Amino acid sequence: MRPRNVGAPIKRTEDPRLLTGRGEYSADRKPDRPLHIAFLRSGQPHARIARIDTAAAQTSPGVVAVFTAECITGDFKPVIPFSRMPNYYATPIVPLATGKVRYVGEAVAAIIATSRYLAEDALELIEVDYEPLGALARAELAVAGDAALLHEEAGTNVLIAREFKKGDVAADLKAAAVRVGGRFEMTRKAPLAMEPRSYTAEYDKRRDAITLYTSSNIPGIVRDAISESLDLPGHRLRVVAPDVGGSFGSKGSLYPEELLICIAARKLGRSLKWTADRLEDVSSSSQAFAEIVDAEMGFDANGVATSLQADVIGDVGAYSIYPWTCGLEPVQVVSFLPGPYKIASYRGAVRGVATCKPPTGPYRGVGRPISTFVAERLMDLGGKALGLDPLEIRRRNLVRAEEFPYRIASGIIWDKTGFVECLDAAAEAAGYEHLRVQQAAARKQGRLFGIGIASYAELTGIGSRIAVAPGMPINTGSETAKINIDSTGGVTAAFGVASHGQGLETTLAQIVADDLGARFEDVRVIQGDSDEVPMSTGTYASRSAVLGGGAAKHASRILQDKIKRVASHLLEANQDDIEVSDGKAAVIGTDRAVTFKQVAKAVYSDMKTLPVEAREELTATYTYDPINGTTAAATHIAVVEVDPATCFVKILKYVVAEDCGRIINPMIVDGQVHGGVAQGIGAALFEELIYDDDGQLLSASLVDYVIPSAPEVPAMDVIHIESESAVAGGFRGMGEGGTIGAPAAIANAIADALSPLGVDVSILPMTPERIFRLMEQARFNARGKADE
Amino acid sequence: MSVTVSVTVNGTKYDVSDVEPRLLLSDFLRETLGLTGTHVGCEHGVCGACTVLVNGDSVRSCLMLAVQANGAEITTVEGLGTPVALNTLQAEFREHHGLQCGFCTPGMLITGEDLLRKYPLATDDEIREGLSGNLCRCTGYQNIVAAIRAAAAKRAEAVT
Repeated sequence: MRPRNVGAPIKRTEDPRLLTGRGEYSADRKPDRPLHIAFLRSGQPHARIARIDTAAAQTSPGVVAVFTAECITGDFKPVIPFSRMPNYYATPIVPLATGKVRYVGEAVAAIIATSRYLAEDALELIEVDYEPLGALARAELAVAGDAALLHEEAGTNVLIAREFKKGDVAADLKAAAVRVGGRFEMTRKAPLAMEPRSYTAEYDKRRDAITLYTSSNIPGIVRDAISESLDLPGHRLRVVAPDVGGSFGSKGSLYPEELLICIAARKLGRSLKWTADRLEDVSSSSQAFAEIVDAEMGFDANGVATSLQADVIGDVGAYSIYPWTCGLEPVQVVSFLPGPYKIASYRGAVRGVATCKPPTGPYRGVGRPISTFVAERLMDLGGKALGLDPLEIRRRNLVRAEEFPYRIASGIIWDKTGFVECLDAAAEAAGYEHLRVQQAAARKQGRLFGIGIASYAELTGIGSRIAVAPGMPINTGSETAKINIDSTGGVTAAFGVASHGQGLETTLAQIVADDLGARFEDVRVIQGDSDEVPMSTGTYASRSAVLGGGAAKHASRILQDKIKRVASHLLEANQDDIEVSDGKAAVIGTDRAVTFKQVAKAVYSDMKTLPVEAREELTATYTYDPINGTTAAATHIAVVEVDPATCFVKILKYVVAEDCGRIINPMIVDGQVHGGVAQGIGAALFEELIYDDDGQLLSASLVDYVIPSAPEVPAMDVIHIESESAVAGGFRGMGEGGTIGAPAAIANAIADALSPLGVDVSILPMTPERIFRLMEQARFNARGKADE
Repeated sequence: MSVTVSVTVNGTKYDVSDVEPRLLLSDFLRETLGLTGTHVGCEHGVCGACTVLVNGDSVRSCLMLAVQANGAEITTVEGLGTPVALNTLQAEFREHHGLQCGFCTPGMLITGEDLLRKYPLATDDEIREGLSGNLCRCTGYQNIVAAIRAAAAKRAEAVT
């Protein structure tokens, strides 16, 4: 059948409610007489809790209860972020700090009161005596032999260590014509969804049951984890992600507050609400990146990269997160470092080190924003050393069309994707040759004008054969679609994936409409509700178009076959002669047709039309597993100019050429690229969570943690290389790519702009202050040389 | 201590007698009046999600006390169009995919309305400058700018 909805820029189903203030986010829920929670959070980075006195707080106006770790000991089991990885220590997750605190912002006590204002008033009345144990603020210092231990039971602050090896990298580097290297750093970031984390637990007294409305993108994982921890079966614990105001990974792990709100709801027999304020959100939601990479790449005389080695130290914060573990981010750096390139030998070693900061977790791109930053800087450095243009050196090293599937040196297998095609398309769209001419002219005028390229590849829509996080025990390789036509002819398609801005209500309905033969506007999509499918995990890792979409396709086909069987009775025609489209089953080439409503009536209500055995319930469920998953790739080109007076970087042009397979909705795909690139711009130029040596966060407000606003983000050109993947529908995941390519492209562009001064870029963000210092240093060095 | 606040919100008059002087206007709208379309993203006046019109000017409802709004006319996102009859700017946001998660959207719309009423918005740079007090983490702003540009063009057509 000719697809009519897939591929079309269909306006989103979500929009009318979201544009008129009728959306419903977790904080908008209005349960009956809810109580409100406020958390007392540690101001100490690392300290033993000697005493907590809550007596005064308990008598404060409006206060219903005050909980500390002691009060809830018997109400839950700690959640263990288990992994089969060797050299990994799984730190238990508990709702409130127990025995000691390990980062500034960790929840120590919870006050429950009749209003948030009154709960916050009472916070000041809690007295906590801390015995400081010394802050571990830097990963490099926390690995020292004499460093205090954050988790004594682990016996080390290195919570995870891994090494990937292929070939004899030492020999290949020795034999290389050119070796380039450096120490690269991607500082700590906040994913910073605009909606702070927010939970509403609605307690049902009749069944001792809870419905948790959570600003989460993994409601299924949250349901399963809380169910296990609280010993509450899934039919008494429903977890719903309603409208969710962005996540980018920060709402993609189980949080202590989610456990606490459910425990407290049961203990008090009341419905409860909590929403983080911005300070709480920035200082207790999972953080991102925070790695230092010592890397070296060797090239032969023809510019072919032969060898790569890297030692990565990841500052993973105080705890391992559930379910992804603290290995997720840093291990992914070494997994993906060879990127889309055919590098023969590789050694990548990583250590994830505990420090007194909130845990790192998933953030759009996971590991790849820094692995791409490092690999793309090395490519440019190699090109420069060999006198090759950045475009040319990439052409010589990218996996070419005829070489797929290709296993890179870290072991990842890329399936057929347009790596070189993206490079060429981006260069053409950017007018690369002309840009170099422009650059030469600009340099003559003394302007700092730079062009940066970044190519990358990513695994998306990962199936059951590959763990999303290394050694993780939960299944992230499948998703279920449950589609039914009810007795009125209405089509409802239910999924466990959980949209938080991606528009899955629209895109999944597009797929169902095409493959079932329904009208788009007649398909209702339910998603993000643990009651709708027996098992699901959620939306993360660029998986929902591939896994949710694949499940939608298969379930739609099964249901369409049922419709055809019923229609063949009603229309007295052969089943093979029936075509289903536009909500009707018709005999091909005739005007004889029945609507879904008539089909439903025949099956469910009008007991005279069909033989009993033909009254098949109009439902279909399919659980789809793409087994390996698929690849997505892109090339980004950034053109920047650095203002020598202010050291601000202005992005003059930005081009993305990406291959995300068959596009479901081009409008939504472009939007994902734009947003991803904007976050990459933030990572490259502005965003940095700065912790001082005492473990105190110095950039905890939106004044200090600067994300891009409209004037800082350029208009972007997005080009699509639509090569179909091998999975159902030919889709590829694409939500994260913008954030993967942009930091590297901008870093290379800044390095190119500053190259007349001999300045290199090895740390992000390149804030005006950093650029100023580098330029000052370069001027100082130049003066020194002149004096010699 | 509590005081009475009289406000007109989206054309409806409210007289609320038990308002604490410290209650933020954003909480008053969301909790007291149940108008949860106004979103709270930072409570320190940076993100702009809570922007509402007070006597025709865009303000941060998280930086204003409810008592300060006594006697004022307020427009929130609920006062623009409805799901079946979006107003011009809302319709252009839908047309141009100017929203993803929708959390910043009420503030973007209210700021956009304010900009459309007060400024020529002749260039995209002018629109971007006007939006610089509203943060969006999803869209990269490109389609928001396109939506406001389209609404400005419609406004120009209507005038001529």
